[in-house]
Amino acid sequence: MSCAFSAVTMAQPNPLTTNRLSTYAIKLPPFLGSTRKLRPHSLSKSLPSPSKSLRSSTSSVSDVVKELKSNLLITKEEGLELYEDMILGRAFEDMCAQMYYRGKMFGFVHLYNGQEAVSTGFIKLLKKDDCVVSTYRDHVHALSKGVTARAVMSELFGKTTGCCRGQGGSMHMFDKEHNVLGGFAFIGEGIPVATGAAFTSLYKRNVLKEAGGNTVTLAFFGDGTCNNGQFYECLNMAALWKLPIVFVVENNLWAIGMSHLRATSDPEIWKKAPAFGMPGVHVDGMDVLKVREVAKESILRARRGEGPTLVECETYRFRGHSLADPDELRDPAEKAHYAKRDPIAAMKKYMIENKLVNESELKAIEKKIDEVVEDAVEFADESPLPPRSQLLGNVFADPKGFGIAPDGTYRCEDPKFTQGTAHV
Amino acid sequence: MSGIVRNKISAFSVQSLQRVGPYALSLRGYSSGAKEMTVRDALNSALDEEMSADPKVFLMGEEVGEYQGAYKVSKGLLEKYGPDRVIDTPVTEAGFAGIGVGAAFYGLKPIVEFMTFNFSMQAIDHIINSAAKSNYMSAGQISVPIVFRGPNGAAAGVAAQHSQCYAAWYGSCPGLKVLAPYLADDARGLLKAVIRDPDPVVFLENELLYSESFPVSSEVLDSSFCLRIGKAKIEKEGTDVTITAYSKMVGHALKAAETLSKEGINAEVINLHSIRPLDRQTINASVRKTNRLVTVEEGFPQHGVGAEICASIVEQSFNYLDAPAERIAGADVPMPYAANLERMALPQVEDIVRATKRACYRSEPRAATA
Repeated sequence: MSCAFSAVTMAQPNPLTTNRLSTYAIKLPPFLGSTRKLRPHSLSKSLPSPSKSLRSSTSSVSDVVKELKSNLLITKEEGLELYEDMILGRAFEDMCAQMYYRGKMFGFVHLYNGQEAVSTGFIKLLKKDDCVVSTYRDHVHALSKGVTARAVMSELFGKTTGCCRGQGGSMHMFDKEHNVLGGFAFIGEGIPVATGAAFTSLYKRNVLKEAGGNTVTLAFFGDGTCNNGQFYECLNMAALWKLPIVFVVENNLWAIGMSHLRATSDPEIWKKAPAFGMPGVHVDGMDVLKVREVAKESILRARRGEGPTLVECETYRFRGHSLADPDELRDPAEKAHYAKRDPIAAMKKYMIENKLVNESELKAIEKKIDEVVEDAVEFADESPLPPRSQLLGNVFADPKGFGIAPDGTYRCEDPKFTQGTAHV
Repeated sequence: MSGIVRNKISAFSVQSLQRVGPYALSLRGYSSGAKEMTVRDALNSALDEEMSADPKVFLMGEEVGEYQGAYKVSKGLLEKYGPDRVIDTPVTEAGFAGIGVGAAFYGLKPIVEFMTFNFSMQAIDHIINSAAKSNYMSAGQISVPIVFRGPNGAAAGVAAQHSQCYAAWYGSCPGLKVLAPYLADDARGLLKAVIRDPDPVVFLENELLYSESFPVSSEVLDSSFCLRIGKAKIEKEGTDVTITAYSKMVGHALKAAETLSKEGINAEVINLHSIRPLDRQTINASVRKTNRLVTVEEGFPQHGVGAEICASIVEQSFNYLDAPAERIAGADVPMPYAANLERMALPQVEDIVRATKRACYRSEPRAATA
């Protein structure tokens, strides 16, 4: 592990061929920069069950798959759903870039181009009750979880019809109905919140005796976060209390301009999980089917009550850290290498080669998504800005928290308060 | 200290007893046998009752379970409610404060205990950024019914890193409610109110007050007893000068008022209860009556609670002031360890008396006592 760390020495990814099943059962793609192929030795021999179940269930997945008519990992419907979700993510983010340069969007906007496989691969397996907690790169997580493109676009434009009525913005996407619990600007801030949601899930079952299974929480965060203290605190507590959570690391190798390899003593993040007693898995995050397989197993583990999993997805963001980032530090050769591994192109190739769909069906989806995104932009454009009365609203759930006005009544009872003209 | 209570009986006239409220009424009738309760027991009973009333309420913090609470405030709760609801955490403030916030996001009502509020600095990102601001950022979708509680301010000889008062820092943040009780019934009533409150609350207790006993009426002992958040309480009515204080300083202010009354100055003492929202209405009404203000707090002077009160008076009651407002705060230094230096770094009763006399133009030199 000592010397082979240059960003350009890419190991070849496994192509999406029909030999893939045997590939899954045996080895995962080699870690970037290393000249050795890694085995999924996620746990030492002293902790038998989790790793064994992980590996054996990988092969048991292939057993299940053999029962299907074809040898493939997905059916046509599933394939189309995944493809549509990834296209939506890509088209939406590209439109965000356009809108930003036209001045309709402002502030910090962090785009997800290139990482769609992770969001789609994981979130499309969740139920409505399950929670997603993300970072500032959260537009696509919200979209995959079911928040409408209209709501997200309006939120980005700062309009009152946005999912947070324009009060959150790009970095703070909340949606209670779809259990998107944010959108956090500080890296590492979402991880304890996600762990808390997982804690609640367990509490609801154990203490409140609510019916239904464990709801699972997914915490998405990046490689830079893995050097942050809160991450380790939560790995510890999640494993200690066996919380139904999956920690998903979107390792895109760069934290703004800081290369992961320059910032981390041991860059293999998945290896940190066994130190806390949970399995750590490394997966090629540019391949939605591989991500989906790993996601299935880890979400099932959490739902069964076996505790957390750490999944490191090796992925890449095609654009800079944010729209304000000139992205000068990354080697063009590296960018070109990952551009060849575009998850959408790969998925398209897979589905066509395996005769799941034909070109025209995919084109129809792309056209449909283009229309959805255009409609979202129009809707956001035409939506009104938040009224003045919204400024003081929603600071407290109980607005009596604004205190008592000079005349002795509560400030929130003053009619001018709701019009936004009260003196606070 | 029951010493204050007994002294107060002799100092008060019958008229002021009638106005001050239930706790004083219980003092008058010795035959009714006033019941006393320590602040610690008051907090414990409040936690107990709220946890039994609502199964969504749970307590989380360092040493709250098997150790019975670092200051024994959560004594007996583990036995009663079990380890699912009284959770001993590892030493990870950022982690468990965040877990509390996440649990509140998703439907529970956590009470997160910090062993002292100094440790809350390790979790302050979660208190402010993910608890206080979330209801606003999500436009009302995600409310955060969480309580962060623990001892705040100086204890005895615990030096700089364990003695800071956080009322001013948390009090400046929109989206938080910040409360500081003094008496046992304040502690009980306010803690019950904040556990029921749907917003994030910072509840600043005081370690030195935990063992102090105060009389409580049967009304206070009732399980539905709750005080209003945002309402200050006039502990002692007066006519000459208004002294505002919170937490332990209320005791000092009351003692100072007693000393001053012997010199003919009838001070009005306000127990703030609520740092955020600040009860500006009560404070201003009082200053308009007495025309003089002295604010007392234990924390650092710059940007402190007293500064905000003075600004509020200048904005709303400027024409009523007969003298410049006096601010008494802790010394502008990290808390020293030596006992005599610590004494000098915190407001003492003599300092309050001196400042009040200055406000009444009966001035004495400003030098600190040795």
